Amino acid sequence: MDLLLGAVVLGVLLGCFYAAVSVGLSVSFGLLDVPHVAHPAFLVLASYGVYQLNESYDIDPLLAGLAITPLFFLFGLLAYRVYYETFERRGSDAGVRGIAFFFGIAFIIEVLIIMQFGVDQRSVSATYIGKSWRFGEFRIPIRQLVAFAVALGLTVLLAVYLSKTFMGRAIRAVAQDEEALRLMGANPVRIKQFAFGIATAVLGIAGALLIIVAPVEPTLDRAYIGRTFCVVVMAGLGSISGTLIAAIILGVAESIVLTMFGASWAPAISFAMLLGVLAVRPQGLLGR
Amino acid sequence: MKRRTFLGGAMAVAVVGQGSRALAQQPPIKIGMSMPQTGGLAGGGKASLLGIEIWRDDINAKGGLLGRKVELVVYDDKSSASETPAIYAKLVDVDKVDLLFAPYATVPTAPIMPFVKQRGLLLMGNFSFQVNSKVGHDMWFNNAPWGPADSWAASFLDLAQKAGGKSMALLTADQEFAQNLALTARDVAKKRNIPVVFDQSYPPNTVEFASIIRALKAAKPDIVYVASYPPDSAGILRAVNEIGIGDDVKIFGGGMVGLQFAAVMSNLGSLLNGVVNYNTWLPEPSMYFDGTKDFFEKYTKRAVEAKVDPLGYYLAPFGYAMGQMIDAAVNSTKSLDQKGIAKYLRENEHKTIVGPIAFSADGERKETATLQAQFRGVKDKDIEQFRSSGKQVILFPDKLKTGNLISPFEAARK
Repeated sequence: MDLLLGAVVLGVLLGCFYAAVSVGLSVSFGLLDVPHVAHPAFLVLASYGVYQLNESYDIDPLLAGLAITPLFFLFGLLAYRVYYETFERRGSDAGVRGIAFFFGIAFIIEVLIIMQFGVDQRSVSATYIGKSWRFGEFRIPIRQLVAFAVALGLTVLLAVYLSKTFMGRAIRAVAQDEEALRLMGANPVRIKQFAFGIATAVLGIAGALLIIVAPVEPTLDRAYIGRTFCVVVMAGLGSISGTLIAAIILGVAESIVLTMFGASWAPAISFAMLLGVLAVRPQGLLGR
Repeated sequence: MKRRTFLGGAMAVAVVGQGSRALAQQPPIKIGMSMPQTGGLAGGGKASLLGIEIWRDDINAKGGLLGRKVELVVYDDKSSASETPAIYAKLVDVDKVDLLFAPYATVPTAPIMPFVKQRGLLLMGNFSFQVNSKVGHDMWFNNAPWGPADSWAASFLDLAQKAGGKSMALLTADQEFAQNLALTARDVAKKRNIPVVFDQSYPPNTVEFASIIRALKAAKPDIVYVASYPPDSAGILRAVNEIGIGDDVKIFGGGMVGLQFAAVMSNLGSLLNGVVNYNTWLPEPSMYFDGTKDFFEKYTKRAVEAKVDPLGYYLAPFGYAMGQMIDAAVNSTKSLDQKGIAKYLRENEHKTIVGPIAFSADGERKETATLQAQFRGVKDKDIEQFRSSGKQVILFPDKLKTGNLISPFEAARK
């Protein structure tokens, strides 16, 4: 029983971390309909930015994540503008060719990281990494608690931003009916570009969490493509609160399987759950 | 200047000139290989290649092999098993290389074994494990110091039993190398009546190991044998540090890949203390042979520029040793006949910078020289500390031993 309870607690922490690394994709893919397969590559790039600041100036990884956020916002603006001008503006097969575009970007990022940092694993140091809080026999890694708290805060902040602010509502509106927004005199491309910038800026913090939770290496993005897309689709496209719920469900399921049933089954869990949810509720958990 | 001196000098210049022209005119001897330069195995692949390149430069500076320059033809296999069959077919049929070196690691090497056997080609193996056990190719020679298949697990369990270990937990990555290692560990445990109380394989890309370590701890083993790959080894040790592993554990480690690489060692720092893990070369007094020191001086200089493992202990000297063995075989047989080279390699003991190497019929080392070493007194964030002896004390084999096991594991970590 203790083992099961522990698995659930660790699973919730892991799930919140999954939410943090997926929430940007929930905006770019879920709301904006951009086939952003380079999302995990952007995430790993952010981790290396955090690593560089931590290594060179001994800045706390979370502060380093905050520091690179504006740069990632600008990077997101640029990436969307290139995608829009090259693919989206040109017509109906933008989605398919867009996947190739973002795969290309992911590959370029991977190569650039290798050229700059080599292929070895990199990690950061902080007082909360490598220690745990003890509750009787049960111990919780502090880095997981940090990731949990920051991920929760990040997800709530983004959900509030999208539902309460003028720009957030505009982003939701452009996701629902771009043409209607255009008829009202707004520029949907600019709104989408801004939204993509936000989705990329969020990765500054998510990248910090990634390297806090585990060491990173240039090809780590491949490990996260399946998980992040699974969370976003299972959540219901564009639903931020759904992303959090889906990620927690995935984290708990993985943790229970790892603890109780054998680790080999864990990767099958995410896709089995995705198939299950889509079979029962095709629009995802909180999708409309 | 006397006329005789002048004539002698002129003749010498002419002869040397002729010789170097001859060296330049003859086509180079091409040695082909794929090597992971990207992907999960790239760290090892790059270090291994640098070791081979240092040998190439040394041998060319001495006049080459059979008076011909040595040239390496290298492709990136991206750490993928699906890439290597096509690469090796190209090396043989299009590039027409004279000799083949295997890629680094088990996973990319395994699929080319049937090809080289079918074509009757010599393959110098590069740190793979048990890839020839089912193929049975008689022109395969592995440079890795593993030796007989079960010796790796047996040496670890010897140490464990001497420390009072009676039950074993097995934690293994879901890939070929680790699974082969686990297979032999299960066999050895069975022969010695050591019950396996926990036996889990985890998939590649597992993000968090806290849950697995909690389950392992609950099984209360006193020997923990881990066969993991670089990204996982760090995750496992972090989780062990945070979750704890239990006071019963006498010995922890065995087959963790990654704990030999400078970046991982530096990242983990003091978390390494107490772990007993395999290794291949360490800067302990018993590990220096002819040329070892000279090699590492060259490697250390070139590693910075090449952005590879700054220590390079695990693979690089063995890459150089591969070249040394080829050098000895080609010069002794005075030909590039692959059957002749294979016969020479099989029938002789070879002096290398990693010690004497002799092969058994299956192409693996006759005697194991796989080290089991315990990390001690390691500090955080200091790569240079690993250049001095005493940080990884060799417990096995006896002839290279530099200290005794500290047990239990929790005590050894302090």
